[in-house]
Amino acid sequence: VRGDLQLKSQRFRAEREWDWRRLEGLLARVESRSAASLTDEELLAIPVLYRATLSSLSVARATSLDHSLIDYLESLSTRAYFFVYGARAGLRQRLARFFTETWPMAVRGLWRETLAAFLITAAAALVGYLLVAGDSGWFGGLVPGGLTEGRDPTATTAFLKSVLYSSGGKSGLALLAAFLFSHNAQIAIFCFALGFAFCVPTVFLLVENGLTLGAFFALYASRGLAFQLGGWLFIHGVTELFAIMLGGAAGFRIGWRVAFPGDRSRLDAAAEAGRSAAPVIAGVVLMLIVAGLLEGFARQLITDDLARYAIAGATLTIWLGYFYLPRRTRPS
Amino acid sequence: MTTAGARQPQPELRQFVTPEGVDLRLRIGAAGERAAAFLLDAVFLVLALTALTLLTLFSAGALAALGAPDLRNGLGSVMLIVWLLGAFVLRNGYFVLFELSPRAATPGKRIMALRVAARDGGRLTAEAVFARNAMREIEVFLPLTFILGSSAGATDPIGGWLVLLGLLWTGGFALFPLFNRDRLRVGDFVAGTWVVKAPRERLSIDLLDAQEAQGGGFAFSPEQASAYGIKELHVLEDVLRRRDKKTMGAVADRIRAKIAWRPRDGETDAAFLAAYYGALRGRLETQLLFGRRRKDKFDLG
Repeated sequence: VRGDLQLKSQRFRAEREWDWRRLEGLLARVESRSAASLTDEELLAIPVLYRATLSSLSVARATSLDHSLIDYLESLSTRAYFFVYGARAGLRQRLARFFTETWPMAVRGLWRETLAAFLITAAAALVGYLLVAGDSGWFGGLVPGGLTEGRDPTATTAFLKSVLYSSGGKSGLALLAAFLFSHNAQIAIFCFALGFAFCVPTVFLLVENGLTLGAFFALYASRGLAFQLGGWLFIHGVTELFAIMLGGAAGFRIGWRVAFPGDRSRLDAAAEAGRSAAPVIAGVVLMLIVAGLLEGFARQLITDDLARYAIAGATLTIWLGYFYLPRRTRPS
Repeated sequence: MTTAGARQPQPELRQFVTPEGVDLRLRIGAAGERAAAFLLDAVFLVLALTALTLLTLFSAGALAALGAPDLRNGLGSVMLIVWLLGAFVLRNGYFVLFELSPRAATPGKRIMALRVAARDGGRLTAEAVFARNAMREIEVFLPLTFILGSSAGATDPIGGWLVLLGLLWTGGFALFPLFNRDRLRVGDFVAGTWVVKAPRERLSIDLLDAQEAQGGGFAFSPEQASAYGIKELHVLEDVLRRRDKKTMGAVADRIRAKIAWRPRDGETDAAFLAAYYGALRGRLETQLLFGRRRKDKFDLG
């Protein structure tokens, strides 16, 4: 400490400046690389230096009139705060936690919304089926034109059947899987985001999905191919439809809490809903990778109806067991 | 914010008390800064996507030229897969991965000195980052589809009206930050986050340590040294740090007139201002120690 300093605030700064600069240097290294680039000693020093800087800030606000010094301490304290109170679990730890706890618990927490999404889809499928079974003219109205690819009431039974068992050329399978995955995953994320508009658009998406499903079943049932269509559809559809329903459920959770926040503020309710539903959507993207692989590869390579049903049943068992079987949770 | 002292009232300041009980006084990112950060990120994304497209095209072409003709189809589809998955990861992963990094900011936000933080002061979780970025689907991509759809609807009046309605509806999502005080976008609303300023201030020198202030030889009477308050002191600090000759001259003349200071031989404006800054700050800081905070020159207690 120099002897020629006239003011208390000058001495104050001279005594502590070294700590501040040390904290600044450590933070710069943490922010540009990672916490792993520091030694244990340096890591432990950060919280201590952070508290020292914070107390410097309090003192400076009360005693110093050096504007730029206070700005500097505010910015340094804020940066250090975010590091000290930020999440520092490693990526591997976080991933492990996601699969063992976060994801299944989040899905279980949405069971009401999932049930609602299932009922909406099932009801829409039933309506679609009954409409097309009663009058095949409905088919064109219910199924978006781009989806039919010639599969409509005017097609021959032989053609309808051939679609179910065509392998589609083996080189194209991976491409098909990749395309289906990115398309469906984008829709699932969209379903989640649309929930914000008070659930209405999410309901529309689910209803449209269900109507299309029912209409196709009615078309194939009229040619006696319902069982075969089931195998073709459910081998991947169990995973895909489940994923889409979960996407819808996540959307419902957000829309519902925004519309009816209960006794909490709308801001808090929305934030709570968003955070509880987000892991479900991250998981939905993973489920759709599985669905894309099943649709792109397994369905094209396995053409036996019973084998297709067996895979469908197995995936359903696995998903339901993984999500809903009671398990011991680690106390957090 | 009750202790903001002589500073101007700043509507973008938010109280943010750490567990240690200190208010960090966070600054909310302004709508313009947020928009600029997003535009920068959009440019980076488009550039990355273009690079990905060119890379897959060229490598497919180069590989196919080497191999047999029947290999060409296979390679083409492999590259298409790379492109499809790459585009998906870019579109959905760019924001999420950058915001999960220690600085909690995308490159665009870093340039604008912004970062994402949890509103409740807790840690910024992966769930929150994921939720706030999934919402971009309705904030950005949905309005975009309506804008792109408007060219298709132009020929048919009903379609045009539908597009207009859609734009109004989705525009509400996109412009959400303009209608609330904390500039929350829909994603922030749903994730419990906000975007705050995170500038990296450098510690500049204490003006009392500056060359001019060391000159000495200036003696101000107590009356002269208490002509101003904290607000004027901060203005003087800004003037001294900026070192603009003309401003310094004007300010020095005003102060000399106010305190009836007779300039001595060879006295420079810079030296006078530095010395007066030291005297005024010393006087006001002594008052602070006695619990008196003099806001400005009109504040006579």
